[in-house]
Amino acid sequence: MVTVGLTHFLVISTLLFSMGIYAIITRKNAVMVLMGVELILNSANINFIAFSRFGNFGFNGQLIALFVIVLAAAEAAIALAIVLNIYKNLSTVNVDEVDNLKE
Amino acid sequence: MNFTSDLYLIYPEIVLTATLIVVVLFDLIFKRSQSWLPVLSLTGILAAFIFVVMQYGTNLPAFEYSTKNSLLSIDNLSTYFKGIILVTSFFIVLFSIFSSEIKSCKDRHGEYYSLLVGMMIGMFFLVSSNDLILIYLSMELLSLSSYVLSGFVKKSIRNSEASLKYVIYGSVSSGIMLFGISLLYGLTGTTNLNEINTILRGTNVIDISFILSIFMILAGFGFKISVVPFHFWTPDVYEGSPITITAYLSVASKAAGFAVLIRFIKSVFFSGISQGGYWNLLSYFDWQVVLVLISIVTMTLGNFTALWQDNLKRMLAYSSIAHAGYILLGVAVLSDQGITSVLIYFAIYMFMNLGAFLVVMLIANKIGSENIDDYRGLGYSIPFLGTVLAIFLVSLTGLPPTAGFIAKLYLFVALVDAKMIVVAIIALLNTVVSLYYYIRVLKNMYLVKDVIKTVHIQLKPLSFVTILLLVIPVLLFGIYFTPIVDFAKLSIQILGL
Repeated sequence: MVTVGLTHFLVISTLLFSMGIYAIITRKNAVMVLMGVELILNSANINFIAFSRFGNFGFNGQLIALFVIVLAAAEAAIALAIVLNIYKNLSTVNVDEVDNLKE
Repeated sequence: MNFTSDLYLIYPEIVLTATLIVVVLFDLIFKRSQSWLPVLSLTGILAAFIFVVMQYGTNLPAFEYSTKNSLLSIDNLSTYFKGIILVTSFFIVLFSIFSSEIKSCKDRHGEYYSLLVGMMIGMFFLVSSNDLILIYLSMELLSLSSYVLSGFVKKSIRNSEASLKYVIYGSVSSGIMLFGISLLYGLTGTTNLNEINTILRGTNVIDISFILSIFMILAGFGFKISVVPFHFWTPDVYEGSPITITAYLSVASKAAGFAVLIRFIKSVFFSGISQGGYWNLLSYFDWQVVLVLISIVTMTLGNFTALWQDNLKRMLAYSSIAHAGYILLGVAVLSDQGITSVLIYFAIYMFMNLGAFLVVMLIANKIGSENIDDYRGLGYSIPFLGTVLAIFLVSLTGLPPTAGFIAKLYLFVALVDAKMIVVAIIALLNTVVSLYYYIRVLKNMYLVKDVIKTVHIQLKPLSFVTILLLVIPVLLFGIYFTPIVDFAKLSIQILGL
């Protein structure tokens, strides 16, 4: 039987991070881009908790993860409000079509 | 560990928080008297300024959780930047009083001023924080407020687009920064800057993941100061946002970003100081090469792209990218002299950049456009504003007798003293390029004769006084700059080093 160690968590978090970046780069829908950002934040959270659990650094990592969860919620709320406002003004949430400010 | 006894060290932040609450409550209770909100914010800013002035010279850790490790460090560097942030905020609140964009949202002034004060609190904690998590939290506080403010006029398509772009780029870069912080936490077991320094001195952690984590953290800082790989948001957000917010982002939020970058580099990598004030850094990461490369690319791209901009706000956005490049060169010297030149540059850049944005705003209030072609003949129909804009633009170029010359002079002297002659020459050539696009505005104002329509702007006394408050320092510091230089030399002190 394989014991789950630090490496497993790090692999998961790196996978999540890469998937987040991939979503941000390829998705056209602003909401999907924001979901990619959430993936990145959560991958960092997994890192913090895994390091503090397996590195014997005390509870710092868990506390940091709590802070990050709250911030991620605040950021999601604000970002969704902004996307909603874009939809009201332009009737689209496609980030490629929001390009009035190009020279 | 007694947290309450350290509260006196964060009086400025407490005052600002109280201001925020008062503004929100006042807006809720007295819906009708919105014109008092700027007065309230100005009072809060002045009160915080008094506390900041009283704090100058303090060199203490606040909220220590073990010996030498604190959450905040109250030192001269942070106090200096707090001063810059407060002066900028003071002017921004004044700008907001006569900005027609802000006036157009009648019932939402409470929101505007409370978010503005929220940005200030974020920047205050950012410039003095000594812990990576506090850096991340305060940076998010700053960013979240500015996302909303950059889209403040909800009906304006440009505003909403600016805030969408800002929130996407901002959250991605802060997410990458958080991932970097988590890697650094895993490698060192702590998030405190001084403790990381101790661990780096003791053990050998040269590792690809360490370099990677530093680059990821640099992404967050680079976003705030808008240097090249992370600058894509700047032109769009600066062009789309209300002018008051553009001016605020280009001065205060950039100052906070530079303060935290300087503190991060010096606190984490410091290993000693050699003759002439040059820092000896731990050899894990070659900061000088990285910073010089970034700043050269930044200033060259900023200056050359600014050449073909027709919108004055967008041009000033690229010019502020170029200025970030110059300032980063001061950091790249990695010496006390370099940091002094950065501090001098910021004090002067604040006045000239705010001034340029103010004049652009006053003209845009009247003619409803920021297009450089619409500035034809304006030098004759509004001689006062024309002259003042000319002074600010000449100062941004860095020509004597304005203060911009002094700022660039000290920067180049620091570069030459550090034997970075080639870099100094590249920066000098960049200044020559920047002359073209600044002077192009003046050419349109004074030398193009075909006046399409005559514009008359009746300046209100308050806006007249604000312009004088900005233009007098620009002219005065060009001739009498000793006090600002002496003050900057005293202000480079960082706690614990």
